[in-house]
Formats: sequence, C-alpha cells, structure tokens
Amino acid sequence: MADVHLPSVLRPIFAGLPRRVDVDAATVADAIAELDRRWPGLQDRLCHPGPELRTHIHVYVDGDRAQLATAVGERSRLDVIAAISGG
Amino acid sequence: MTKTVLLVGTRKGLFLLESEDRRSWTTRGPLCDAWPIYNAILAEDGTIYAAGASEWLGSSVWRSSDLGETWQQSSEGLNYEGVDGLKVNKIGSLAHAHGKLWVGAESVGLFESTDDGQTFSLVSTLDGAPGREVWNDHSMQPPGHLGLSAIWPYADSPEHLRVVVQGNSIFDTEDGGETWTPSNSGLRRDWPAPPDDRVGFCVHKLAPSPDADRWYQQNHVGTWRSDDGGSSWTEITEGLPSEFGFACAAHPHDRETFYTTVLDGGHGRVMPDGQLQVWRTRDAGSSWQKLTNGLPGPDAFVGVLRDGMTRDEQDDFGLYFGTSTGQLFASLDEGESWSEVSGYLPAIQSVQVATLG
Repeated sequence: MADVHLPSVLRPIFAGLPRRVDVDAATVADAIAELDRRWPGLQDRLCHPGPELRTHIHVYVDGDRAQLATAVGERSRLDVIAAISGG
Repeated sequence: MTKTVLLVGTRKGLFLLESEDRRSWTTRGPLCDAWPIYNAILAEDGTIYAAGASEWLGSSVWRSSDLGETWQQSSEGLNYEGVDGLKVNKIGSLAHAHGKLWVGAESVGLFESTDDGQTFSLVSTLDGAPGREVWNDHSMQPPGHLGLSAIWPYADSPEHLRVVVQGNSIFDTEDGGETWTPSNSGLRRDWPAPPDDRVGFCVHKLAPSPDADRWYQQNHVGTWRSDDGGSSWTEITEGLPSEFGFACAAHPHDRETFYTTVLDGGHGRVMPDGQLQVWRTRDAGSSWQKLTNGLPGPDAFVGVLRDGMTRDEQDDFGLYFGTSTGQLFASLDEGESWSEVSGYLPAIQSVQVATLG
C-alpha cells in the first residue's frame, strides 16, 4: 500500500477526505485514479484532461519529483503538494 | 417581506449580503472555500451557481440549493477533451434560463448543464466564427483574459443566445450554437482591423434595457447604444470624461436611462480625478449627469471591473457596484446618493442581485 499525503485545499470540497490515504497503485496515475474512484471528481482537481498534472500541483514519490507515469512502490510515500505561490 | 441578496464574487471567495430593507446588510463568506469567483447567479429555482477558477485546482462550478449554507462543486465534462489545442484555463460567465445552466470559458467555449450543474457538455467553441482562428492564441490576448466573457439567453428559445468573446465581438446564435453572427455594426476600434472587419472590437459589458430593442454597451473605446436589439450601435460617449470603462447597468423600467462607470483608460484604469463617480443618462446618451453624492474622493483611486455593477428590478430599484479594492456601494434613489454597503471585501470581480419573496 502506498501512503498518499494530500494537500489541505482538497479537504473542504470532498467530504470525508483525510490528509493521508493508503492506496494500491503501480503509478502516480493509478493512485489518483483510485482516489477519484473513492471521491468522484478528485482527479479533475489534480489533473488537466489528458490527463496531466495541473501546473501548480506537484507530486513527489519517496521524496523525488514525480509525474503521472512515475512508478509507485509497495511501501512508497506519495506527497501531493499545492505549490506555494502567490501572496 | 422581500429579501434582497447580493452575490459578490471576489478574488477570495463568494460573499452573500442579505437585507430586508436594502439599507442594513448581513454578510456571509468567504464561501466556495475562498476560491476566486468570477461570477455568481441565483437561478429561478433558488439555486446559487458560482464560477470558480482556482490557480491550483482548476475551474469548477459551485452550487448551493440552500442559499449558501451547503455547497457542492463539479467540473465533470467541463473540458475540451477531443478538441485539439484548447484547455479550460478559467470559467468566467454564467447564465441560467429554460432550465439550463450555461458556462463561458477561456479558451473560448460555451458549455451547458441540463442537470443543475452536476455535469456539463460542450455546446460550441464557435468554430467558423470570424476571429476564431486567433482568439485562443495567448500571445494575442490581454492579461486576465476571460474568453467567453458574457452570455445572454433570450426568452423566446433556448437556441437563441448572445455571447461576448472578450476583445473580439458580440456574437448571436439562433440555432443553439451551430452558427454565430457578429453584432458589432457601427462600433469603432483604435487598432488595426482583422481580415474580417466585422469583428475585432473590445466589448466590455452589455446592458439590455427593459425594451428588447434597446441595448447599451460600455466598450474599450466608447459608450454605445443600440435601437435594434443590439445589431447595430450608435456612439453616445460625448459628455463623458473618458471613453474607457467596464461596468454599466440599464434602468430596469426606463429604456432611456443608463448608468456607466468610466475609468482612466491607460494602465491605471481608476476613476477619473480619484473621485468615485457613476455617470447617468436619462435621454439615451444625449446628455450625462455625474453622480458622486456619498461616494469617496478626491483621493479614491479605485476601479470597477466589467461585472462589478448591477441593479435589482424592484419599483424603487436598487443600483449596486463593487470595486476592485473591495468596496461595495448601493443607491436606492436612481444614483442621486450612495452609501457604502461593505468596505473591506477582497477584490470584487462580480456583483449580481436577486430578490426573494
């Protein structure tokens, strides 16, 4: 199970969404698809159609910047970050 | 007892201001999780819809069926999948009529929802309309481009719509978006004409009067009147201190009366002379009155964006406008005097009003 850490900006718009979720996934794309299955519409918030990650949504797998195709290990930590910007 | 609800879209969420006498107001917000809200409307069935565009989480339509107590959001189908080169960067305009919700987007496109904002489908990207080949090119767009910046449904048919493509044209369709006709005859521009000179105009805001033949328009260059339902336009700028402005509103009961908020037209885009001012004509643009009673100045260097002004439809109607620095003003005497409804909202991007009860 990958350990997915989600940004706080998602919680107000998806009822019951925790900050940490365990998912079975081979890639980042799989992990987001699984989250979307559990909380419909969540993929739209993280990805443009295509899909591709939204510009200011950054994903890290075990500390390394990742893309949708990046592999996720059985015990990976997956951090989804709403990039700090603006003022 | 009637209740008036102001729906104020800001850079930091939607705010609802409610009043039974339009003098004392209560404020709720920021709603929609403080997403930037470009427009919000209250539909005939009582549902509030708000067009949100988060820089992080993309665009989504928020909806509330209990006057803002609880909210859902959806962007299902609100995309250009299958259309080469287009991406929904922002949604900025909303309209509701004939049981449908329409949404305008940048890149330029019109979407509709027939299930109360749960899902959306693409109506048109205005293929074949003059200007279509260049208006989604970001190198050709001004900052903050809104794309399809206004939608006006007609009462006669859900197939009959008017839209504005920012910086380009008014377009009309009578076949539900299959074909589009420019409606800019008589307008002028201060820049080179495109190959098809029926378009290439910078229409900031349209304001239909209670008479379907009479429309008003605040443009990048000039203030305009139409006497034929908006097909052709006559300039009525003379007497105003600037030809540039955004927000405007027509009197709800008198076709001859119209209000506009002109701005200095350079980079500043603030009220002339640092004095908040609304300009009114009672003779369809032949003469103008400057209205400042109760408005701050002479050191008030603020602007009003294109959707920042509206009016209700009561007999003694209320006129409202919000500034890009978060002040909201109201007049209950046709603009003769003004009072501040709220002074410290986030930057105001839209003001709409609904009367309940």
